[in-house]
Amino acid sequence: MSTKTVNQRAWLFVLPVVLLVAFNAVIPLMTVVNYSFQETFGDNVFFWEGTKRYEQELHSERFHAALGRQLAFTSIILVIEVPLGVAIALAMPKRGPWVSVCLVLMALPLLIPWNVVGAMWNIFALPEIGLLGRTINAIGIDYNFTQSPVAAWFTTVLMDVWHWTSLVVLLAYAGLCSIPDAYYQAAKIDGAGAWATFRYIQLPKLKRVLTIAILLRFMDSFMIYTEPFVLTGGGPGNATTFLSIDLVKVALGQFDLGPAAAMSLIYFMIILAVCWVFYTLMMRGEEQ
Amino acid sequence: MTLELRNVVKRVGLETHIHDTSLTLKEGGFNILLGTTLSGKTTLMQLMAGLERPTAGQIWFNGADVTGVAVRKRNVAMVHQQFINYPHLSVFENIASPLRVAGVRGGEVTERVGKVADLLKLTPMLTRRPGELSGGQQQRTALARALVKDAGLVLLDEPLANLDFKLREELRDELPKLFEGHGRTVVYATSEPVEALLLGGHCATLHEGRVTQFGETAKVYRAPQDLRTAQVFSDPPINIAEIIKRGGKLVLSDEVSWPAGERAAALPDGTYTLGIRPHHVSPAAHEPGEVSVEGRVLVTELSGSESVIHFELGGRTWVSQSHGIHPFRVGDAARFDVAMEQCLYFGQDGELFAA
Repeated sequence: MSTKTVNQRAWLFVLPVVLLVAFNAVIPLMTVVNYSFQETFGDNVFFWEGTKRYEQELHSERFHAALGRQLAFTSIILVIEVPLGVAIALAMPKRGPWVSVCLVLMALPLLIPWNVVGAMWNIFALPEIGLLGRTINAIGIDYNFTQSPVAAWFTTVLMDVWHWTSLVVLLAYAGLCSIPDAYYQAAKIDGAGAWATFRYIQLPKLKRVLTIAILLRFMDSFMIYTEPFVLTGGGPGNATTFLSIDLVKVALGQFDLGPAAAMSLIYFMIILAVCWVFYTLMMRGEEQ
Repeated sequence: MTLELRNVVKRVGLETHIHDTSLTLKEGGFNILLGTTLSGKTTLMQLMAGLERPTAGQIWFNGADVTGVAVRKRNVAMVHQQFINYPHLSVFENIASPLRVAGVRGGEVTERVGKVADLLKLTPMLTRRPGELSGGQQQRTALARALVKDAGLVLLDEPLANLDFKLREELRDELPKLFEGHGRTVVYATSEPVEALLLGGHCATLHEGRVTQFGETAKVYRAPQDLRTAQVFSDPPINIAEIIKRGGKLVLSDEVSWPAGERAAALPDGTYTLGIRPHHVSPAAHEPGEVSVEGRVLVTELSGSESVIHFELGGRTWVSQSHGIHPFRVGDAARFDVAMEQCLYFGQDGELFAA
């Protein structure tokens, strides 16, 4: 018979992490949960509201509109950035002196602070003084992103593509570089052309990396705040008011903490659910 | 079908990967490329396949110049050292892939894949994906893809190197039966002399981008025409010593000399390089043989039935490989018999004088 020594001191090793996670995740999250179920008028007096906030939020047209814009925005940028990113990665040299030049150029947009990106594009796209704004107007298209919703969307999408396609490029490039030359030779010997090589060798080998790239781009774009806030402020009207911009308006503009709390939790659940479903689908049949 | 390299040269930048090489490889029996890593085996194969274009020279296949012909227009099959299959396709689809590219239709695909899968013992695995198979089965799938194609030229680039010992032996026995005949020219690259001897056929020894000798494998082994070939075709490495033939004697050093014997007697006086394979150097019996040398033991490797003993002789490391267990102590002096009738004598330029 053996006796098991229980060493309670092991808890001490976990304690720092427990404290850290408690203060930066669990406690703030539970505070939000509190606010979403209870009404308060200050002085730490709370009234139980139940799920009323959630019901209101889920039936609110304003929320539906923001969610709709958010889904549209995320879909558009995913449809553009993922194929574009893969295409650029395929076109990049695999060896030689140009590799580092390409990598640095690609990494540049990722290094710029988000609000700076917003400010840059704001100035760049101004119809009176911006290079982009003036050029578009000069070729005869009436373009003003502070007045036209279409122009505002165009500018926001273009900004996001400029800012984030690089991330897909770098991930896809890393994936492509990990495919041994022998695979390409085998494909050539089989008589496969460029498309077949992409379809049957590169794409399957990129599957995991692209799954991660799509997940990251989905989460980031679904939470986008800083850049459109600086660029358009959510306007014109509500044209580019995405979920997080709307959330800030409710929480800080109107100081409706309860509805804002319910909204942020629904928001959070949507991201979690979409990521989980997507990841499960992509990784099905991958376990070997 | 015959593959012919005519004065083929391959340069990459300032480096010459393949020096002026002419070879004629015929069908029936394996054509083995034997050489160490970086000796140019893979480059030579890529030139044969058409994956690389020679810097100079021509490649002829079956009487036609195919030097500039694209790989996909040639009828070539290749198996690599790594197990290369389409990861997301089933084993069946993997084997069928060259047929699909060639436009072979439904029923015939099933029939041909079935036949090849049967030969390679893959029938129970046809619905699985390569990732779910063992290394041996993955390589069998790759071999099946090469076999199903009915290619006139089959290139096997160290196909067994990544397999473990048992699987390697098993597959090595099967390979000649699988690929020989049907008018195929088969080229097989390996870095192991033993593998070359077991597979037989013809052998080209490669050293630093040059073919040093080409001929029947057993003949190349028995009578290497120069020192390089002997070195490439010996594992453990062939033992080398500088000797001087003077009158009726072979002089190794001031203390050690032997009577020249029947075979060396014909050599003109002068300096030679003596080469003797490790299994012709054995620990001296109680009654030392006619010719024996004494050296300091450096390393001993004793396996179940064999002793490999490294010892120092005149500033060089020699290896003795013999049956039985000979437990020498490292650092001790020991005597070894040299089978003089097995010695190879190379001249100053490395050419073989007498074997």
